[in-house]
Amino acid sequence: MHIDPHIRRAYNTEPEMCWECYSCVKYCPENAIDVRSYADFNPLGHSVTVRREPAKGVISWRIRFRDGRVKHFVFPTRTTREDSIPSSRSYPEPVRELLEDQVLSHEPDKLMVPSLPKLPPRPSDGRA
Amino acid sequence: MRVSGKTKVVDTDILVVGGGFAGCGAVYESAYWGRNLRITLVEKANIERSGAVAHGLSAINLYIGMRWNENKPEDFVRYARGDLVGLVREDLLFDIARHVDSTVHLFEEWGLPMIYDKNTGHYQREGRWQIMIHGESYKPIVAEAARRSATEVYNRVMVTHLLKDPRIPNRVSGAVGFNVRDGSFYIFRAKAVIVAAGGASHIYRPRSVGEGAGRTWYPPWNNGSAYALPIQAGASMTQMENKLVVTRFKDGYGPVGFYFLALKAVATNVYGEEYEKTKFEELRKLVGKWADAKPLPTCFRNHVMLQEIKEGRGPILIHTERVTETPEKEEAAWEDFLDMTIGQVGMWAANNIDPKDKPSELTTSEPYVMGSHAVAAGAWVSGPADLSPKGYFWGYNRMLTVEGLFGAGDTVGGSPHKFSSGSFTEGRLAGKAAVKYVLDHPDYTPGSDESVVSRLRDTIFKPLENYNLGRNMVVAGTVAPNYIYPRHGLNRLEKIMDEYAGGVSTFYVTNEQLLERGLDLILTLKEDLSHVAAEDLHQLQRAWELNHRAWVSEAVVRHTIFRKETRWPGYYYRADYPKIDDDHWNVFTVSSYDPISGEWTMTTKPVIKLVD
Ligand SMILES: Cc1cc2nc3c(=O)[nH]c(=O)nc-3n(C[C@H](O)[C@H](O)[C@H](O)COP(=O)(O)OP(=O)(O)OC[C@H]3O[C@@H](n4cnc5c(N)ncnc54)[C@H](O)[C@@H]3O)c2cc1C
Ligand code: SF4
Ligand code: SF4
Repeated sequence: MHIDPHIRRAYNTEPEMCWECYSCVKYCPENAIDVRSYADFNPLGHSVTVRREPAKGVISWRIRFRDGRVKHFVFPTRTTREDSIPSSRSYPEPVRELLEDQVLSHEPDKLMVPSLPKLPPRPSDGRA
Repeated sequence: MRVSGKTKVVDTDILVVGGGFAGCGAVYESAYWGRNLRITLVEKANIERSGAVAHGLSAINLYIGMRWNENKPEDFVRYARGDLVGLVREDLLFDIARHVDSTVHLFEEWGLPMIYDKNTGHYQREGRWQIMIHGESYKPIVAEAARRSATEVYNRVMVTHLLKDPRIPNRVSGAVGFNVRDGSFYIFRAKAVIVAAGGASHIYRPRSVGEGAGRTWYPPWNNGSAYALPIQAGASMTQMENKLVVTRFKDGYGPVGFYFLALKAVATNVYGEEYEKTKFEELRKLVGKWADAKPLPTCFRNHVMLQEIKEGRGPILIHTERVTETPEKEEAAWEDFLDMTIGQVGMWAANNIDPKDKPSELTTSEPYVMGSHAVAAGAWVSGPADLSPKGYFWGYNRMLTVEGLFGAGDTVGGSPHKFSSGSFTEGRLAGKAAVKYVLDHPDYTPGSDESVVSRLRDTIFKPLENYNLGRNMVVAGTVAPNYIYPRHGLNRLEKIMDEYAGGVSTFYVTNEQLLERGLDLILTLKEDLSHVAAEDLHQLQRAWELNHRAWVSEAVVRHTIFRKETRWPGYYYRADYPKIDDDHWNVFTVSSYDPISGEWTMTTKPVIKLVD
């Protein structure tokens, strides 16, 4: 998205490289961005609009078909507050020897099994 | 055109290139182990929504479920091996599988809304390996974990080249690039570099070439820097011929996983026949014992569908209307699309298709180059010390064949089916290994050749100069005698790859002569790349994306020439070698480009089984 310096509005500089991911739509604080689906295969007369509310942890969609049918959906987006995820550096520093081991941070606890799984024995080549 | 003309030098310990799933995992883990190290993330967009997960996702496609005894890591190795018709690095796959559950549990703790199966109390499965999520904010959540752990994040800086240390042969020492908003030139000096820059779309001409050209299944912004950067630094690549073609909803490219796996929808030809069943014996004649892999490999499923279309029994329909009978299923289905392919919803709305009432058309996509999906293109890397057999291990997990250079996610070849959770996990593996590498070499300070850096600076900004010099020859429009625009070059590249290297216009068929001719045309295009013009920084970014795509294409074509068999019918066909040839080609293809001589060499490496 760029801003046109004359009319002072945002516009899509290269619609044929747009993925319709709606990131720009979701983040515009003024709800100023509309999407009209790809002209080379989609007929006119439909709309897909969205409202993302991070404070509430939900996203709402309104879908209007060309023939006028409308559907609404609301889905959860996040169970924790924004900016609440701890830095990985905030955990106790691991001992240097573990750097030689295969465990990753928070393992084995976070695996929720007692230890890191091992390759099973392979009878066909005699490895035990 | 305003360009700041500024140069910014960033000194760091570990540089992570690309803040997608793998890059965020690499940052999180390297910051955990390298408490006193500087960890720098550089991203050409903004990590909040960059990469393949810009929309969000509605499923985590790799979760083993060890805590509930659902699967074992070795089961996953068998599955991915079958799907790729035998050619996988089992050490890399097992390594991801044994760690991936801890990644998913972290995601849940960070705030990703999981969906639980009311009967079992386990995560709701979509298929054997997939679990369902409310994933609209999947990327912002993962990006937040990385942002809060990194020493610094540079958004809007595209990396164009890696730097090598002139004092030590074959060692990486940083990277250069430019800020796509203000045009500053960036020099990163680093003791280790992790490339996590995603796969490549727009290598092949897409099915839509007008305004809808951006609606490829794989995102238009991922341009294969993950391969172009290491290739030019001299790193070996593997399986670059192994391109991905996906079956998706026609035009909208919506996902089929929820309908096929969870709701058990069927696909039929125009006569209502379930063609996968009627075509099975014919498939077995072509691929032999591999037809018995369960589930049927992704490429074979494409193959039978393509046969059906060629024989005039299209369109192929997916019968969503037979399986969307409850309001719960309907809502889950819409969320599946709104969470990860909103364009498909626009397509249904525009065409008055409500999937609970009407079937939709399916078709196969144009080919993509990537290493994290049902496909395994990418860098040839070392595995972990405790698992990897001889030949697969050289000191540090996920290190490429260039010292100090690591990779993760789509960057890494031979380890398919890692998807979002496995890519993040592989980033963690690379991040930890890079910390060990840096701490094992405490006396190292990155060195680079100043004349090389200043030459790169000129090269990077040359498209702006080309435009300033050549524009006076143009009265109006885009037809200049002395330069081409990035879009011209992209159209040319996509046409070459489509027509000569097995794109949709030939039903993915190619042969040696076509490939050799295609290679010639790519080499000529690469010469013309020094005459690409950019009117502004947006086009300058496009110029460098095109440059990287051309390198990726060259590697793809060289690999496709080398493998003299049709290993993955449904992904591409060598008409001159139409069969799977296990006697000769049950091996990895490995290429290396020598940055000094400019020569490519091709060789093979053995496929070593670790799991029965
Ligand atoms: C349409 C679609 C649907 C999918 N569905 C699922 C699913 O349901 N479940 C699942 O688990 N997985 C799914 N996947 C797979 C998953 O998205 C990928 O496996 C994963 O994102 C790969 O991670 P990565 O880090 O390698 O690449 P990405 O996440 O794409 O990250 C690459 C990053 O590198 C940046 N970059 C690129 N070039 C440069 C450069 N030169 N300089 C600086 N930065 C650069 C990009 O901007 C991007 O941020 C899906 C993928 C797609 C495309
Ligand atoms: S919808 Fe996505 S791809 Fe299109 S302009 Fe907005 S952010 Fe860019
Ligand atoms: S109001 Fe919205 S469209 Fe306008 S500049 Fe801000 S974010 Fe962009």
